[in-house]
Amino acid sequence: MPLADSMLIKADRIAFSYSERTILDGVDLAISSNEIVTLIGPNGSGKTTLARIILGLLAPSQGHVERKRNLSVGYVPQRLSIDDNLPLTVARFLHLAQRRKEMRIEDALSEVGASRLANAGIGSLSGGELQRVLLARALLRRPDLLVLDEPTQGVDFSGQIEFYGLIGRIRDQHGCGILTISHDLHLVMAATDRVVCLNHHICCSGAPESVRRHPEYLALFGPDAAERLAVYAHHHDHSHDLAGEIITSHNHEHGPREATEAHHRGDHNTQT
Amino acid sequence: MLDDFFWRAMLGGLGVALAAGPLGCFVVWRRMAYFGASIAHTALLGVALGFLLAIDLTMGIAATCIAFSLILVLLQRQTKLATDTLLGILAHAALATGLVALSFMKDMRIDLMAYLFGDILSVSATDILWIYAGSSLSLAVLVVIWRALLAITVHEELARAEGIPVDTVQMVFTLLLAIVIAVSMKIVGALLIISLLIIPAATARPFSRSPERMAVFASLIGMFAVAGGLFASFQWDTPSGPSIVVAAFLLFAASLFFGPKRL
Repeated sequence: MPLADSMLIKADRIAFSYSERTILDGVDLAISSNEIVTLIGPNGSGKTTLARIILGLLAPSQGHVERKRNLSVGYVPQRLSIDDNLPLTVARFLHLAQRRKEMRIEDALSEVGASRLANAGIGSLSGGELQRVLLARALLRRPDLLVLDEPTQGVDFSGQIEFYGLIGRIRDQHGCGILTISHDLHLVMAATDRVVCLNHHICCSGAPESVRRHPEYLALFGPDAAERLAVYAHHHDHSHDLAGEIITSHNHEHGPREATEAHHRGDHNTQT
Repeated sequence: MLDDFFWRAMLGGLGVALAAGPLGCFVVWRRMAYFGASIAHTALLGVALGFLLAIDLTMGIAATCIAFSLILVLLQRQTKLATDTLLGILAHAALATGLVALSFMKDMRIDLMAYLFGDILSVSATDILWIYAGSSLSLAVLVVIWRALLAITVHEELARAEGIPVDTVQMVFTLLLAIVIAVSMKIVGALLIISLLIIPAATARPFSRSPERMAVFASLIGMFAVAGGLFASFQWDTPSGPSIVVAAFLLFAASLFFGPKRL
């Protein structure tokens, strides 16, 4: 069955096991163009595995992934580990990704605010600079779908806010679908349309709550940050033990948005 | 005056260094030095097989090296052993098997040292033909896969996500390595080949601001080492293969002290 027009990718009942450990079980995830989906979950919850399945780097044990025809995917990996002996400037690094000169390297760099880095050695970049360069590289391919794996790891707080603002602008300008993985449970993009909480299965998913105008929070990042940041009142409706098994399951309906949204509503008092 | 055999040696050595430079850069960038050394160790088994089956030795070596890389890739997927453990097992098993097999061929006078450390002064016109055929084929194919291989070297998953046929390109690169190692046997021998791949590349690094420039510099530095080593070997009557490696090392040491700061 062909996907609906705006649908970029649709993962259906994805399961994945490795060495008899269940990493993912019965995960459904669909991403449309112009949509930002943020995937959150604790370490080892299967976020990266799910992203790799979405990217087509990994075949699921069960279930299948449908892609739009000729889907062009931009991938921003967590980090690069380039051998120091490989002399590579940022411009040359970007040149490697350029397929049909759909976008000029200078334009991609200026879009992510990294024009001045063009001639820097790729090994000399800071974490935040590298993320921008990786993002520029993904943009060069004019992606329909952009997948970012923990893009703000090792970036300081204000840097994260800036980066998320940038992601929002990219969505507005290019109209691509964006899947962001985040280990940070409290800080997600305001531009996020949907937050999906994963812990081997989808715990809950829904629209992020609006920012709580906490005075301390605003003092830290200025009134502007409120517009760009969302605090997702993250409340599990059940708990997991170390193996990811559900311990308590009171009144618990799995997955569907309505149930979890009802649960989240009104839950604004949880920020620390 | 210098004889024909000397110029044949020079011609052969330069041909090997020409291809070893760029390939060696990838060996350095991809941290495959141990892998390269392991392939080279296998070459001795190729010599033994070549004698046993009475086929051309260069063919025997190339075939054995290629088989070794294929087996390695298969085993990497099958076992949970770390790659360097696996390499250590396979390479030395192949080297030992080669030595044992050669010892059975008592009726043949085989100069083991020539295969371990090279016998550049016995390079024949046919050998030169092999060297230049192998080198130019490797360089031509390397140019074709250059960009893809570079992208994989930078980030394998990223390259895969971008639709580069990662496994194929890696396999082709391994084949190129096997070919260059096979044709280099006469020049520096199984135990020293890897140095001709990585020393010029490492020497070129501080002078290079792009991968391509580093590849070209590595070729030139390798050729310089071959020329210097051969003249020294002729002058002082030292073994030619080791002399070339010593010359390459001296260039590397000089680059450490006198080279510019890194990019």
